[in-house]
Amino acid sequence: MIDTVPPATVFIFGALLVPFIRGKWKSAYLLLIPVVGFINLINIPEGTHWVVRFVGYDLVFGKVDRLSLLFGYIFHLISFIALIYALHVKDDLQHMAGLVYAGSALGVIFSGDLFSFFVFWELLTVASIFLIWARGTKESRGAGFRYLLVHSAGGLCLLAGIVLHVYQTGSIAFGYMGLNSVATYFIFFGFGLNCAWPILHPWLTDAYPAATITGTIFLSAFTTKCAVYALARAFPGTEALIWIGAIMTGFPIFYAVIENDLRRVLSYSLINQVGFMVCGIGIGTHLSINGAVSHAFNDILFKALLFMAMGAVMYRTGKINGTALGGLYKTMPLTCIFCMVGAASISAFPLFSGFVSKSMVMDAAALGNMRIIWFILLFASAGVFHHAGIKIPFFAFFSHDTGMRPKEAPLNMLVAMGIAAFLCIFIGSYPWPLYSLLPFQDVGYDPYTASHVVGQTQLLFFSALAFSLLLLSGIYPAEMRSVNLDADWFYRKAGRRFLWFCEKPLMVFGNFLDRYVLKLAGASKSSPAEAVQWEQGIDRFFHVKLTSVPTVIYNWVRHLRTEMGYLPINVTYVAISFVVLLFLVLLLG
Amino acid sequence: MKEKSDAPHTSNQAPDEEMETASSKKYLFDNPRNVKILLRTFFSSLLVLLVIEFFIHKHPHFPWEGWHEFYAVFGFVACVALVLAAKYILRPLVKRGEDYYD
Repeated sequence: MIDTVPPATVFIFGALLVPFIRGKWKSAYLLLIPVVGFINLINIPEGTHWVVRFVGYDLVFGKVDRLSLLFGYIFHLISFIALIYALHVKDDLQHMAGLVYAGSALGVIFSGDLFSFFVFWELLTVASIFLIWARGTKESRGAGFRYLLVHSAGGLCLLAGIVLHVYQTGSIAFGYMGLNSVATYFIFFGFGLNCAWPILHPWLTDAYPAATITGTIFLSAFTTKCAVYALARAFPGTEALIWIGAIMTGFPIFYAVIENDLRRVLSYSLINQVGFMVCGIGIGTHLSINGAVSHAFNDILFKALLFMAMGAVMYRTGKINGTALGGLYKTMPLTCIFCMVGAASISAFPLFSGFVSKSMVMDAAALGNMRIIWFILLFASAGVFHHAGIKIPFFAFFSHDTGMRPKEAPLNMLVAMGIAAFLCIFIGSYPWPLYSLLPFQDVGYDPYTASHVVGQTQLLFFSALAFSLLLLSGIYPAEMRSVNLDADWFYRKAGRRFLWFCEKPLMVFGNFLDRYVLKLAGASKSSPAEAVQWEQGIDRFFHVKLTSVPTVIYNWVRHLRTEMGYLPINVTYVAISFVVLLFLVLLLG
Repeated sequence: MKEKSDAPHTSNQAPDEEMETASSKKYLFDNPRNVKILLRTFFSSLLVLLVIEFFIHKHPHFPWEGWHEFYAVFGFVACVALVLAAKYILRPLVKRGEDYYD
């Protein structure tokens, strides 16, 4: 038995040493960190470790159970792959940001108390922002700032919830909560923002395509999956999540079909995949939570694989728009194959990893007799194949020949993609090792029944047929260079207009009043002293009127509250929390 | 021709065929004859999928899962609906110039 340390510390302290190591040793050192971390992790027994007494509360840095361990394994694995992929990067800051980011994700996963959970949660945002800014373009700077502001709003929401929760319950332990008080609603929304719920989601599709080629791999793995973990820990079986998840699987695929930036297409499909997890957590049976968690595991791998393939294309050609790419299979065959393995996995082809996890969520929905949900999920399954499974490889590697003949991706990228692709196929063909790690061992599941395999293959092949026919007939929407409006319009456009309204018409009106009221008063009284008195009188009048506004609002709200007493309490809380959150986002934007 | 002969999937038009058409590895996408063969393989695999369904035992959760060719029809219809809705409803609503936010 060796002495173990909290998993987060290996990465965070490891990151601090990066600038001091030079030359070839740096690559070895970078790869050593996740390896050491992993050895550390497998030596930690289940249970509660590293409890620190802090101002009267117990901070727990190691809540180790099957749920947190599974996320711990995959986070180590993906850090290792992402670091290999990024070995050619000479920028220490990016390596450090990536490592701290991975470390804080591990911190979130293994936190047993809300305080350290929150600290690591915020560290996630802070570390990841550097992966976006490191790109150094105007677009990435803007997207980074928006990312920061939106996540600050979400963080505040979470903090408000935590403070209320601790005040009400007197405990900072992080475990099952359930939606039962204002505090938990705030926490719920705080998680939801990082989870990219509908309307709260645009930070993801805004920032991920703007990040560096290597940074996106880290980004795609941690933030949303930490939120999935947090929901699985605190809110399993919450009915609202079923619908939120179902909507998440559904709406992004429409956007993905018309989006030109292929990394943004992948960002939309990331939301779509997280939707399956959220839905599974909402259903709350052992089967569905197993499905959600294993799908998170698989999604990290195949989504990273797809982002890596697109990153390699971008690295070699400098382009990422569907309109500018095509025909790359000729000189980047390996990247093309890896991309298609990722595409097959995300589409849940039999023998590929998505198949063995997504179907658990589907079956759980069917067992719960949720017809509409099941149909939405099935629609999303067909849709995800359409945009991530076919569109990505087709427009990048086939489609029209652009005449570009870039070199194959660098060796380190190929190795990283190769590992991820191997794991996608391995887990898909032989899922039992993954199944043995799942939180609930009392439910057996066999994805490879004849009817399931045939049904799924039919679904996918006939989606492909639809794609081929639409493409051949010219109906398939051509890729276009454009911006597609999304919910971020509210803080990118409406927020700006609101500020303009305050700065321009409102200020001009205020200045006008100041100047002319005084002048008028002076003219009518012909004595400056009296004019000032007049002006003060007017000011006081307005002041009294203005200060009475809160009282009016208060009375109005009190009246409203009595009215709303007739509504089920949940609706009120949801509405209030949502409005507060929207305001926060709008104001900050 | 620069293509490597060990690139089995490069000649596929639709990537989903990769498992079904592994035999096509020596063909190239540039050659229209090969495209034709691939499409033919694809269409025949569709046919096989439609037929094979009659020989397997199903255990449906919902009644419609027991219907013949339910998944095939759903997959096709869903994707056509998806593309039409995205192209004719969503795109006109949300499409703006590339410099919209600048």
